[in-house]
Amino acid sequence: MLALKRIRTKPFWREIALIGLAISSALIIGGVFVVISGHDPLRAYLALIRGAFWGWYNFGETLVYTTPLILTGLSIALAYRCGLFNIGAEGQLIVAMVTSAWIGTWSGIPAGLHALLTLLGGMVAGGLWGAIPGLLKAKTGAHEVINTIMLNYLALYLSHYLVTKPLIAPPGMAPVTRTIARGAMLPQFLPPSRANLGLLIALLACLGVYLLLWRTTWGYEIRAVGLNQEAARYGGIKVARIIVMTMAISGGLAGLAGAVVIQGVQHKFFDLFAFPGYGFDGIAVALLGRNHPFGVIFGALLFGALSNGALQMQSAAGVPKEIIGVVQGTIILFVATEEAFRWFLRSRRRKHSVLKEGEKVGVSV
Amino acid sequence: MPDGTQTVVEMRGIVKRFPGVVANAGVDFELRRGEVHALLGENGAGKTTLMKILYGLCLPDAGEIRVHGRPVRIDGPRRAIALGIGMVHQHFMLIPPFTVAENIVLGLEPRRGPAFDLSRARAEVAAISERYGLQVDPDARIETISLGMQQRVEILKALYRQADVLILDEPTAVLTPQEVGELVEIIRRLAASGKSIVFITHKLREVMSVADRVTVLRRGERIGTLRPAETTLEELARMMVGREVALELTKEPATPDGEVLRLRDVSALNDRHLPALRRVSLSVRAGEILGIAGVEGNGQAELVEVIAGLRPITTGEIFLGDRRIDGLGPRRIHELGVAYVPEDRQRRGLILDFSLAENLILVEHRRRPFARGPALDRVAIHRHAERLIAEYDIRAAGTGSKAGALSGGNQQKVVVARALASRPRLLLVSQPTRGLDVGATEFVHRRILTERDRGAAVLLVSLELDELLALSDRIAVIYEGEIVGLFARDEVSEDELGLLMAGGRAKARR
Ligand SMILES: Nc1ncnc2c1ncn2[C@@H]1O[C@H](COP(=O)(O)OP(=O)(O)OP(=O)(O)O)[C@@H](O)[C@H]1O
Ligand SMILES: [Mg+2]
Repeated sequence: MLALKRIRTKPFWREIALIGLAISSALIIGGVFVVISGHDPLRAYLALIRGAFWGWYNFGETLVYTTPLILTGLSIALAYRCGLFNIGAEGQLIVAMVTSAWIGTWSGIPAGLHALLTLLGGMVAGGLWGAIPGLLKAKTGAHEVINTIMLNYLALYLSHYLVTKPLIAPPGMAPVTRTIARGAMLPQFLPPSRANLGLLIALLACLGVYLLLWRTTWGYEIRAVGLNQEAARYGGIKVARIIVMTMAISGGLAGLAGAVVIQGVQHKFFDLFAFPGYGFDGIAVALLGRNHPFGVIFGALLFGALSNGALQMQSAAGVPKEIIGVVQGTIILFVATEEAFRWFLRSRRRKHSVLKEGEKVGVSV
Repeated sequence: MPDGTQTVVEMRGIVKRFPGVVANAGVDFELRRGEVHALLGENGAGKTTLMKILYGLCLPDAGEIRVHGRPVRIDGPRRAIALGIGMVHQHFMLIPPFTVAENIVLGLEPRRGPAFDLSRARAEVAAISERYGLQVDPDARIETISLGMQQRVEILKALYRQADVLILDEPTAVLTPQEVGELVEIIRRLAASGKSIVFITHKLREVMSVADRVTVLRRGERIGTLRPAETTLEELARMMVGREVALELTKEPATPDGEVLRLRDVSALNDRHLPALRRVSLSVRAGEILGIAGVEGNGQAELVEVIAGLRPITTGEIFLGDRRIDGLGPRRIHELGVAYVPEDRQRRGLILDFSLAENLILVEHRRRPFARGPALDRVAIHRHAERLIAEYDIRAAGTGSKAGALSGGNQQKVVVARALASRPRLLLVSQPTRGLDVGATEFVHRRILTERDRGAAVLLVSLELDELLALSDRIAVIYEGEIVGLFARDEVSEDELGLLMAGGRAKARR
């Protein structure tokens, strides 16, 4: 209940404790499912942890999953700070993947520059795809949730058309684009895993968004619009402009995720039969990270580790990887209903305390 | 009138701490059957907190509560309601598109089978409104009735839940003088029928006229409980603030200079697209205060919004100096030297989740020294906040406290401090002292006069005639969106203004 919400004395640590509690509870519930499926939960989780972190290869592959999730999570977190729910990271990611896959095949561009241009291309494509619902919201009040969902489908089908017709790699047997030029690829480290420079780009993006939100006038305006539009308008903030700008940046970040997947991992665009899911998982990542640019890194790492570990768990311990889907879902559910945990913690602390001696009365500044 | 000395509620040694602040430091409070008990204290003294504890909205860190002699633990409003305690908040909690009757019975709807029994709800509402003499129209939608009426609905809501104890948190702050009179009548009747009423207010005269007893809080401690008959306004003020307060304002005559603001034939629509301003013409000169008198909802809110660039005009023109400003946005108008204290601090004046420091730079946030290009200068922002906190005596744990954690009056100080700090050419102030204690009111009045004497043009909108008469050099009366009278301060009496505000005509004089 809102009215009962307590002021937390140590918000940061309590936040961490609450999320820890959510994660461990989810793991326990997941464990129950492992038992039901007839396996040993301890072995399953050990296999999961080994699969996610044991050795450079496994760890590197976890980072491969983590990298785009950081960026899509960041995209959603930023939009959320402005009061916008960007369900469209998925679509923004897709248009960026196609764009980068296309620009990456251009020839005659010096190596580093080509990579940069390809990244920027993806970002701009995602940004434009994000700006459209922003513009519709600002001008007509149309809700961004509806429009971003529609644009997701549009992006999916558009990509299908592009990869089967104009961008298909000769001789045109399979719906896939040509491999991008070496000079457009992002260097991988930790071979043979596919971990790549995209991780650094994602981390820098987090720092950038942090600085944007809390150290610049734009960020101030974004947060003001997100918290109280009426007061923002009174404060001389051009609300419509901020909404469009935020959606464009948010789309740009999701676009960056798409570019990084192409340039760092796939090196070409394969026809999608379904949504790749980074954009949707990004919603969970943002939620876990409390819509904070640094929190998102943690959320993405957790989801990356679970996804990658699940594959290894399946092959090593024979436990169906879908169980990890249950764990992921449960974590989200718990984090979303954290009030329940708050209430639990509070009821344990309901001892009465008295005014300590020497404590100042009234206001201590 | 108190009947006997039967104690209904007893609070003992209540302690409530917030980070950096002790809101209640061991407060005792006692409420008897059939009494009107005023709770008085400066902004941030802990009045609202104490009553939120009684209503179960926060849990005390220490202390004991007894209701009818029995110790109780009130861990939520449900529990409070079960104990016969009701609270009317300063910000009403009604559902605008619902009717009066629907709002009153909400949560306890009479049913016929699974269906909501509207006719019985209406009959029940009619019965209690009859019983306590609180006339309301059960079928009116909340969004169409005045604030005074909404307050009645809130009171009826508590009575419908069979409250014996009624807590009213600053109930008069949003009312017109007539409505205050009606509320006082209602309170007297309720007390006479055996209800106990806690009445939080900053207006000492109201305390003197309705309260049977007064408890004064200061900085989280109870200073004393006494009967109004045993004391004076001055003494109460001193108990509250801890120093002498000048209750009467003394000011120098104005020395007005050139015209700063001019409106010619300005019309505008309100939020429901009905005419709110009808061909308003007026002007304000540098170094004078023009007061706008009127009953709430006669266009004064729209008048100020139109000047600040927050509402489009449909006819006429607005000039700041010789520059036309209608059609410019709020940012541009602010940059030209217009500062604005909005009347609704929670909706428009503040971003409750922003820190104090962040709130204090709103509107100015793109300017030096707070910003260099796009980069915010955190040191400058922090210093600015510290300066205003000291100057306006804003009670907060620090510059990083969330505005939402401040007491109502301290929030108001933030809004006023911010507007005055920008040293505007034209100052638009709407209800500048709503919710402020006597000391803070005196201070804000002085600061507005200082701005005037510095040469700012001031347009003051207030529902309180006392305030208008104390501050204004000229007074315009607005009625149904028209200026129906314009007077020099000395040429007009309170009665004349009251008559005009109620719709009686007079010829405009200079
Ligand atoms: N939720 C909260 N979090 C942190 N501090 C709070 C909170 N609520 C109140 N306070 C602090 O407790 C103190 C008392 O606040 P309270 O609202 O009770 O004052 P008040 O007497 O009602 O003042 P006012 O006349 O201005 O309404 C203030 O210093 C305020 O900043
Ligand atoms: Mg209060």
